[in-house]
Amino acid sequence: MRTITFATRNTKEMLRDPLTLAFGLGFPLVLILLLSAIQANIPVELFKIEQLAPGITVFGLAFMSLFSATLISKDRNSSFLVRLYTTPLSPVDFILGYTLPIIPLSIAQSVICYIAAIVLGLEITVNILYAIIFIIPVSILYIALGLLCGSVLTDKQVGGVCGALLTNLSAWLSGVWFDLELVGGAFKKIAYALPFVHAVEMQRAILSGNFSGIFPHVWWVLGYAFVLLTLAVLLFLRQMKKH
Amino acid sequence: MNAIEIKNLTKKYKDVVAVDNLCLDITSGELFSLLGVNGAGKTTTIKMLCGLTAPTSGDAFLNGNSIITNTPAVKNIIAISPQETAVAPALSVKENLELMCGIYGFGKEITRQKIAELTALLGLKDVIGKKAGKLSGGYQRKLSIAMALICEPKILFLDEPTLGLDVLARSDLWDIIRALKGKITIILTTHYMEEAEALSDRIGIMKDGKLLICDTAENIKKIAGTDNFEQAFINIVKGVAK
Repeated sequence: MRTITFATRNTKEMLRDPLTLAFGLGFPLVLILLLSAIQANIPVELFKIEQLAPGITVFGLAFMSLFSATLISKDRNSSFLVRLYTTPLSPVDFILGYTLPIIPLSIAQSVICYIAAIVLGLEITVNILYAIIFIIPVSILYIALGLLCGSVLTDKQVGGVCGALLTNLSAWLSGVWFDLELVGGAFKKIAYALPFVHAVEMQRAILSGNFSGIFPHVWWVLGYAFVLLTLAVLLFLRQMKKH
Repeated sequence: MNAIEIKNLTKKYKDVVAVDNLCLDITSGELFSLLGVNGAGKTTTIKMLCGLTAPTSGDAFLNGNSIITNTPAVKNIIAISPQETAVAPALSVKENLELMCGIYGFGKEITRQKIAELTALLGLKDVIGKKAGKLSGGYQRKLSIAMALICEPKILFLDEPTLGLDVLARSDLWDIIRALKGKITIILTTHYMEEAEALSDRIGIMKDGKLLICDTAENIKKIAGTDNFEQAFINIVKGVAK
């Protein structure tokens, strides 16, 4: 019950921030429309809607990291967490309270992206539903990044690291905007050593109905999600103990 | 009966001694002010008493509960209004209070009663639907105290509650603190000497982690050889008291 109370508060804090709606839901939508317009004029394989939509749903999650990290760091800096640390809330309540609200937001973001994609010509199949379900492990990966950054950075630093660095890394190293084969070499190796491109390729495989194609990408996503979430929880507990 | 018994409480950060062998008893219902210049050890003392920071050595007992071995019991009887207002900015006044009620596991009816009582006590009725982040500094402080009072704490820590407030808002808060006096034990930290003098039953002055003196404002002035409390504080901190 305490977890739900705290999670509800966090949901309200995020949804009442106009930037959440603008960047979390609006920006991915704008990107789909813009890149589809480019595709209409200059056909690019990568920007075909069935390739683009899964990429945008993954890229959009970078903003979820930003929202959760900003909320946590603001709560730390405003002493709101100090107040709550003197209440019966347990470490589990805190972790779940910050994590749970992002999952429905991520699903909502994904649903909106796919609705836009359908309007733009994406064929309606049950695979869209599977792709939305499989956005959950990817969102946990991004939530973990948010929790991690929020636990160690100030809200200004969060803006730089999550707002600029993470969104750029998610963009460049995910194969959404350009084919990683075109760059190749060390860049491609680094990209495939990180989870972003695996998340996108997993989503593309699901959407195309090529379910065997989700391997090994799903293991990369789950592995990174597990490691980052563990690290994030440890860092959150460390800053909690430091208080 | 003592609400707080502090026994040789010490906190060291590497080679810095933030609180040095502090011994102090505070009786139930007392309003005790902790004064000191920046870095004197006031905030560290409060953090230890709230169970937020573990002491390096020594212990303190709040209503008989050790801050080291029985932190959950300590958390059940205390509340803190931190130096920063520490409210949820996008939530309304009512939602902030409901949040605290939810965290303490109160049902709907008790929540409704508590919100009605506290908004009346702290003069928050006119702003109950406003977002906390849009409130004036004075109202944010009042909300912060209301949030601390939700759980009916036996011991309330007020960390610089009137910092940055105008004269009227400060006067309002003084009235609220006076209204609470005697009902719960209050530990107040402040940089405003007149605030400590006007509100406190006893005052402790800290410097470099040590408690230099602990007495009533009148006795502190006598010991410092002055009629002015601010001068008494300066004399004691500078070590020129008679």
